[in-house]
Amino acid sequence: MNIGMMLSKLTSGMGITILIFMLTVVLSMPLGLIVAFGRMADGNPFKRLIRSITKVYISIMRGTPLMLQLMVVYFGPYYIFKIQIAASYRFIAVIIGFVLNYAAYFAEIYRSGIEAIPKGQYEAAHILGYSRSQTFIKIILPQVIKIILPSITNEIITLVKDTSLAFVIAVSEMFTVAKALASSSTSMIPYLAAGIFYYIFNFLVAFLMEKAEDKMNYFR
Amino acid sequence: MRILEINHCQKQFGDNQVLKDISLSVEEGQVLSIIGPSGSGKSTLLRCATMLEKMDGGDLIYLGEAAVKSDSAGKAVYAPPAQLKKIQQYYGLVFQNFNLFPHYTVLKNVTDAPIHVQKRNKQEVYKEAQELLDRMGLSDKADAYPHQLSGGQQQRVSIVRALAMNPKILFFDEPTSALDPELTGEVLKVIKSLAELNITMVIVTHEMNFARDISDRIIFMDQGHVAVEGTPAEVFSSGHTRMQEFLGKFNRQ
Repeated sequence: MNIGMMLSKLTSGMGITILIFMLTVVLSMPLGLIVAFGRMADGNPFKRLIRSITKVYISIMRGTPLMLQLMVVYFGPYYIFKIQIAASYRFIAVIIGFVLNYAAYFAEIYRSGIEAIPKGQYEAAHILGYSRSQTFIKIILPQVIKIILPSITNEIITLVKDTSLAFVIAVSEMFTVAKALASSSTSMIPYLAAGIFYYIFNFLVAFLMEKAEDKMNYFR
Repeated sequence: MRILEINHCQKQFGDNQVLKDISLSVEEGQVLSIIGPSGSGKSTLLRCATMLEKMDGGDLIYLGEAAVKSDSAGKAVYAPPAQLKKIQQYYGLVFQNFNLFPHYTVLKNVTDAPIHVQKRNKQEVYKEAQELLDRMGLSDKADAYPHQLSGGQQQRVSIVRALAMNPKILFFDEPTSALDPELTGEVLKVIKSLAELNITMVIVTHEMNFARDISDRIIFMDQGHVAVEGTPAEVFSSGHTRMQEFLGKFNRQ
């Protein structure tokens, strides 16, 4: 097999990797915020129930391997409910697995940021007559984002590398392709190419996130 | 006109009865100072008056409109949210540690609520804010962020922020406790200038000379009670034992 063919196969794998990455970020970050609110719910028994459920959810997502979670999402419908699964479900299962897993991590990052905001900020906003949603969106959220950006960067970089776990249910992302190419051509080159790709991807992520952090440096 | 009236206010945290039957009233243009030892309930009283804390019993009335009324059992009943929202516009609060919004410039700190909460005309709000900043000696700080200001400047900004809402009464919760003596002076001067403009104020403070200077009336609180109340002259010459002990410690400083 020549290098050109190898690269063209790897490139299509890259496309899938980037797609998994983007969809996971776009879906799990907002979902994580909802989970964070659930995790912080308090007051009446219903809210406390929500909190307990959310805590269990986060605990399971963090306490079991993502690889296992992907398998459960993919094989679960057939093994448990005897539902015939279509080939197209592979990719959907990967996205469901990644989004559910990452939402739990993002939720805990959001919570750490939200709980770091002094009570006085809420009280000042309340006295000035801001509504609850105005207070959160205008006053609290910008400060939270500044606090959590470094943790978010960490999580996103981990996600880039975690996309390679999709190989366990044979979604032909970058790593799956590289593995197949390496064994069929008994060559290290596909692995090398894959490594370079992940590195450059993460280098870009880190660069962009650093720019974002700089942008938030106008206040303390 | 009576701006604020509190009757038989009670507040309990767990087993700790912090406020035991507090009553007071403030007329338009008056300055009331609340003094007393730490833990006497001064700040809790202020937090109940500004509805940051819910009182357990008693009445809270602004300009004749009840925010809280006691039922026959003496339990505090709060007015419906719409009424509370309206009453909330009558007062402002200056915090001990300023609580400015760190991601907003001075000007935005001051103008954002008048524009987006009170929905007032932008140009008018900016003009008024600039005038207030000028008056407080902050003309050149409009575009600064809070972290670029000294503590005294931050507290003056937070006073401007409260004033920009055009409140009928302004509360101060130990406005100089987080400041060094030099900065304390500049903030007290500003508060004094407000008193000269006949702005109605309730001030919780540990600055005795200041309280004596600027107040129309002073309340000395002790263990959740109003122990002494009267004009500055009356209160400072009162024979009340706790008051004397408290002032004694203060005078010896």
